[in-house]
Amino acid sequence: MVQLTLPKNSKPTEGRTWAYPTGARDVREYKVYRWNPDDGKNPRIDTYYVDSGDCGPMVLDALIWIKNNIDPTLTFRRSCREGVCGSCAMNIDGSNTLACTKHAGEIGGAVKIYPLPHQPVVKDLVPDLTNFYAQYASIEPWLHTKSPTPEKEWKQSHDDRVKLDGLYECILCACCSTSCPSYWWNSERFLGPAALLQASRWIDDSRDEAKGERLDNLEDPFRLYRCHTIMNCAKACPKGLNPAKAIAGIKKKMVDRQV
Amino acid sequence: MSSDLRTPLARVGGLGSARSGTGHFWLQRVTAVANVPLTIAFVVILASLFGRNQAAAQQILGTPLVAITMLLFIGSVTFHMRLGMQIVIEDYIHGEILRPLLVMANTFFTIGIGLAAAYALLKLSFGI
Repeated sequence: MVQLTLPKNSKPTEGRTWAYPTGARDVREYKVYRWNPDDGKNPRIDTYYVDSGDCGPMVLDALIWIKNNIDPTLTFRRSCREGVCGSCAMNIDGSNTLACTKHAGEIGGAVKIYPLPHQPVVKDLVPDLTNFYAQYASIEPWLHTKSPTPEKEWKQSHDDRVKLDGLYECILCACCSTSCPSYWWNSERFLGPAALLQASRWIDDSRDEAKGERLDNLEDPFRLYRCHTIMNCAKACPKGLNPAKAIAGIKKKMVDRQV
Repeated sequence: MSSDLRTPLARVGGLGSARSGTGHFWLQRVTAVANVPLTIAFVVILASLFGRNQAAAQQILGTPLVAITMLLFIGSVTFHMRLGMQIVIEDYIHGEILRPLLVMANTFFTIGIGLAAAYALLKLSFGI
């Protein structure tokens, strides 16, 4: 049976409440998941009070403010701070999204921040995405060709290039895959929305000469057909993409080559 | 995880693609489409049986069109149920022994229930 509840040593406990900033006028409450692999304790939910007047408007700005002003041990990934690198994906206010593009003003009450669900946690808000990246590597995300390499470039019409819109923009932040119940229950065998959207990006590429092999590798009750069009992926995607639609496209091609 | 020294790619690759699943997916759609008119017909037939005695019910169910529609309904619905329940089992039940055992039990159950329903219908219609 799948594990529906957290193991005993993963259940979060009430954590520390950190000092209220002095002299601040616009204070926002943040409740943040903390877990340290070295202290042997259960995860805890710490409460921080952020001076919104002293930091930027996004949730990532608040996290950086906490790290700089209150608690330097708070651990999270971030890099580009503009929704391009996908590093700061986390569960904010119950949804997976990028902390850098999530406006704190959109959230009512305390801002609750957890790591991406159903992934091993490295520390605090940093999930271990090893399996996720291996799944991406397994779909061989590069152009496969058999024809002799042309002297200049592999040509593609404008119409064929347009077919890749909505697919190529994926930044592999893992918000979609870690929001998918099918991925929660079977992430060791189901490739998940992100890897399948990327697979579809190469299947739909007019220059690729390995469509059949790519479909062969996906045709599996677990790798592909665990997707039940739940649509959490499309709801979570911070780039506004629709992995469920891309997966439906792959399933349609599977049927097209048989029926 | 710590005792598993395979590379992440080896773990993801597993035993490779089963090269199947599309048949299951397609048949689930085919039976779903078939279930729409068959279920409507089933409800109409059921409604026409209300308040009638056994002889009248036997007469209605014994009509070739009604009997064949009912048998098709039983076949399509139980087959669809088998496909759907297999998906649920594969989603939620892990374990190399438990999962195949339950998939097998699901097949036995749906064939059994389908045949029992068909037998009951034929007995009611023709008194065999």
